[in-house]
Amino acid sequence: MDFVRLVPGFPLLGVVLVALTGRFLGRRGTALVACGAVGLAFAVALGVTGALLQTPPESREVEVSLFTWAAVSDFQVDVSLLLDPLSAVMILVVSGVGFLIHVYSVGYMAQDPGFRRYFAYLNLFVFSMVILVLAGNFLLLYVGWELVGLCSYLLISFWYERKEAAKAGMKAFVTTRIGDFGFALGIFLIFATFHTLDYAEVFGSASQVLTTGLATAITLLLFLGAVGKSAQIPLYVWLPDAMEGPTPVSALIHAATMVTAGVYMVTRTHVLFELAPISMLVVAVIGAATAFYAATIATAQDDIKRVLAYSTISQLGYMFLAVGVGAYAAGIFHLTTHAFFKALMFLGAGSVMHALAGEQDIQKMGGLRWTMPLTSITFLAGWLAISGIPPFSGFFSKDEILASAFASGQILLWLVGVITAGITAFYMSRQVFLVFFGEPRYSQHTAIHAEHRSVPHESPWIMTIPLAILAVLAALGGFLGPVLEDFLGPVFAASEARQSLPPLNEAALIILSVAAAGLGIFIAWLGYIRRGVDPKLVAARLGLVYRLVRNKYYVDEVYHALLIRPVWQAASVLATAVDQAGIDGVVNALGSIMQSAGRGLRRVQTGFVRSYALIFLVGVLLVLAISTLR
Amino acid sequence: MPYLLSAITLLPLLGSLVILFIPRGQERWVKIWSIAISLIPLALSAYLWFSYDFRAGGIQFEEVYNWIPAINVRYRMGVDGLSIPLIGLTALLSTISLYYSAFTIKERIKEYYFLFLLLETGLMGVFTSLDFFLFYIFWEVGLVPMYFIIGVWGGPRREYAAIKFFMYTLAGSVFMLLSILAIFFAEGTFDILQAAELRPFTDNFFIQSLAFWGFFLAFAIKVPMWPFHTWLPDAHVEAPTAGSVILAGILLKLGGYGFFRILLPIFPQAFNAFALVIAILALISIVYGALVSMAQWDFKKLIAYSSVNHMGYVILGVAAAAATPIGLAATNPDFQAVFDSKAIALSGAVLEMFNHGVITGGLFLLVGIIYERAHTRELREFGGLGSRVPVYYAVLTTAALASLGLPGLAGFVSEFLIFRGALVTLTPLAVIAISGIIITAAMFLWKVIQLMFLGPLKEKWVGLPDMTRWEIITMAPLVFLMVLFGLYPAPILDLINGAMVNLLGSL
Repeated sequence: MDFVRLVPGFPLLGVVLVALTGRFLGRRGTALVACGAVGLAFAVALGVTGALLQTPPESREVEVSLFTWAAVSDFQVDVSLLLDPLSAVMILVVSGVGFLIHVYSVGYMAQDPGFRRYFAYLNLFVFSMVILVLAGNFLLLYVGWELVGLCSYLLISFWYERKEAAKAGMKAFVTTRIGDFGFALGIFLIFATFHTLDYAEVFGSASQVLTTGLATAITLLLFLGAVGKSAQIPLYVWLPDAMEGPTPVSALIHAATMVTAGVYMVTRTHVLFELAPISMLVVAVIGAATAFYAATIATAQDDIKRVLAYSTISQLGYMFLAVGVGAYAAGIFHLTTHAFFKALMFLGAGSVMHALAGEQDIQKMGGLRWTMPLTSITFLAGWLAISGIPPFSGFFSKDEILASAFASGQILLWLVGVITAGITAFYMSRQVFLVFFGEPRYSQHTAIHAEHRSVPHESPWIMTIPLAILAVLAALGGFLGPVLEDFLGPVFAASEARQSLPPLNEAALIILSVAAAGLGIFIAWLGYIRRGVDPKLVAARLGLVYRLVRNKYYVDEVYHALLIRPVWQAASVLATAVDQAGIDGVVNALGSIMQSAGRGLRRVQTGFVRSYALIFLVGVLLVLAISTLR
Repeated sequence: MPYLLSAITLLPLLGSLVILFIPRGQERWVKIWSIAISLIPLALSAYLWFSYDFRAGGIQFEEVYNWIPAINVRYRMGVDGLSIPLIGLTALLSTISLYYSAFTIKERIKEYYFLFLLLETGLMGVFTSLDFFLFYIFWEVGLVPMYFIIGVWGGPRREYAAIKFFMYTLAGSVFMLLSILAIFFAEGTFDILQAAELRPFTDNFFIQSLAFWGFFLAFAIKVPMWPFHTWLPDAHVEAPTAGSVILAGILLKLGGYGFFRILLPIFPQAFNAFALVIAILALISIVYGALVSMAQWDFKKLIAYSSVNHMGYVILGVAAAAATPIGLAATNPDFQAVFDSKAIALSGAVLEMFNHGVITGGLFLLVGIIYERAHTRELREFGGLGSRVPVYYAVLTTAALASLGLPGLAGFVSEFLIFRGALVTLTPLAVIAISGIIITAAMFLWKVIQLMFLGPLKEKWVGLPDMTRWEIITMAPLVFLMVLFGLYPAPILDLINGAMVNLLGSL
């Protein structure tokens, strides 16, 4: 199982090869190297997972130490990888979905002048993400955490000639860095408490060392990092803007993998979280609130990718709800199925945009199921999965989460989850109906005619094959559930004693959530297919509420007014009033005082010996007077 | 190898004297000679680095000669894990600066190279001397050439900047001289290490404080700490590129070095008493430096203010080491943990000085590189250069990311260690200091990378050429070090940490 080092090794090799020799490889060679690197990483991941399965469940934990990174007094950190069922699942998802998206990108980016740069970044991302999930200690986790942030930044602003893309990249980096500030503090606090950053040692002694207060402080700080990275309230604002990046990037980084790092991290450190009931509650509440909140915004967006972005934020909220109520395996299960169906839908959206010359407004689409049959069918699989229709994958994982929330006694959070499931079904159906059903609305608006073909066309096989594979996974991935939970079991063995519900209740819950989903789909059907209700009329009726939702509750504007502008103004005032006028003013004033003092004193130096003698005499008399008077 | 340190220190001086005898019109040979001569200290300091026995620790490669016996002045040199990285940095940045100047300095070449080599001797001497008398001489020797380099080869307001720089530093030096004399009259020695053993003025805290603040003022101006920093942006903006590289890379480190070599070991009591004050000044430097840096539109000024921010981290690390009760009983259960934290903060601070030299030295070179071709440093005038100058874009992005503390690059390691140590002894201040990483991230990504490289390409930059081969050669060693010590800092940390544990143990 030492081979696990090859999982990050291959993508790293890919980065180096593409960056250094890409010029000679050409497009074809670059594509082959980049996809090959991730494909091989996936193969190795499969291999080590298989090897892990050969060992008895209790000893499925291998630590591979690569080298000592730094040793300063009692601060010693090794670069070491930890392979256990949790990290095995994660590397499978990352390299597997990553591989499919790499392949898809070959077609999607075929015409782009930045082809080589794109694949170098993408490989670097896979490397960083694998490091993040395989890290055996908090420092390496942090390194991977920041590196995926860098890749995200580079890829969001990949088309850097576009001002919006450049701004979005920076917004993402800086916003997540606010979370990282807390994350770093949490790691420091762990080190100050445990004198080590090694997972095994920290988790092994946590229950003896930590008081509840300390555990709460540590976990809340760590969670702040997760809130930034996984785009939860209040730091979610960067993710919708991140859609400025190429669509496969949105699929890989901003849906399937990087944004789930927070969920992974909380799961990884669940030993600490369990010692802090308050933190667990905070995680669950933030998760449920974000799930609901982002879903409401998604109902009123017209950008095909932004709907998916808010949907991702909302689904991540479900995952946090899961881990917050202690259902870690369910959280990771949903993480996995979400990776399948959301990557699928992003890639599908990319395929649509590819066909419509980059059009992103769903109001200007429609009827595409005839012209893009493969894209449509696969997208429908994703739609049914996220809506929670059995037997598609999302149904199983979402149901797990809702059942766990109910069983843990968080009835209110469960209710929020069910309502959100209905909203989710509504906004996804709205999207599907507007894009693939009804009459085509693109001909009047988009610049299709300028292209060679006057009709939108299906994408090439190199893009549709990944779609097909993901569609199968999105449809059937739910049946992986029991296997996955069994496999992950030992990781959470110490903590999880999930109260199971009586079968009757469980069935009732399932019926409820499916009914909510059905209702959501039905309303969307009424509004967008049957046209029985005019959505515009409803929007007008809702008035203020609709405007609020449509404008994302004006949160960006509020942040700008309350945070960004004051900091910027403070900086300007400091630079001009305080630094230039104030401090430097004093310095210059001192300088001129010295000068004028010098000029003044020059008069004393008259050169007349008589006046010197006079001053001398006065001085002597003074000294005498003082000494005699004392 | 005997005379190793003398050779490293004095060879540039010797080289500069030879320049005086190269006839006019032979500028080419002046350049070749200077670069060649600067390679010797570079090679020797590499040798020094690898042959220093860090397991044994302590002062090594010592040279002691009587010099002025009447007042007990000795020629004493020696190095440890504190000075070796700084010596290596000085040698490296000097060679790089001389090489870069060979392509960019067009007038008064002979004088320029003469002064630059003289400067190198002054800087090296500060790091190798262990006698106050010698230390002070080298300290002042470094001052004069820099004054002329700014004042003669500088920008439009060069004279104002040069005089400001000179007066500021000289004012600090005077107070340092008074403190040195105070130690001499009290203890009869100019020996720095001996002074650290004797602990002057332990019985009179008032006098001790006066001597402490005398040194502090000299070092704080050099670092520079808020509010003594306003000479820095002026000096940087006016100085020629290589001058800025040395100024930021080495000259600021003289001040930092003083904190480690003199203030902490000789006046632990006073430092302990004033640690909080100094830590607060450091914290102001950090936050204020970052904010003011963010408000700049001049690329060079922005980098200059970012130095105030980064050097603030250094001083925060030292203050953290001085902050807790020095005489904490060894039997106290927390003793070892606190001791370790302090050693970590100190090690991080020394490494931060090294990293800042590499990173900010590199950033100033990059400012010069773009200024040479665009003839402007106004960030708003740029835009969309990314597609025009991809190599420059990549190199500057790497340096900027290193500067804002991205893991995998050098800056992260040292800042992480400082925070890690400071959080134990100066918890609330350290928490605020860490928030500085958010501001620096915004500053570099927005002000530098976005304004320069991203967005649509402006018409007038269509013909802008990318980095030339010699410019790439100039930057290559610095980028290499940023990556090397980011991925694998263990070797340099072994060196530094030994010295810092020794230093703390002696308190």
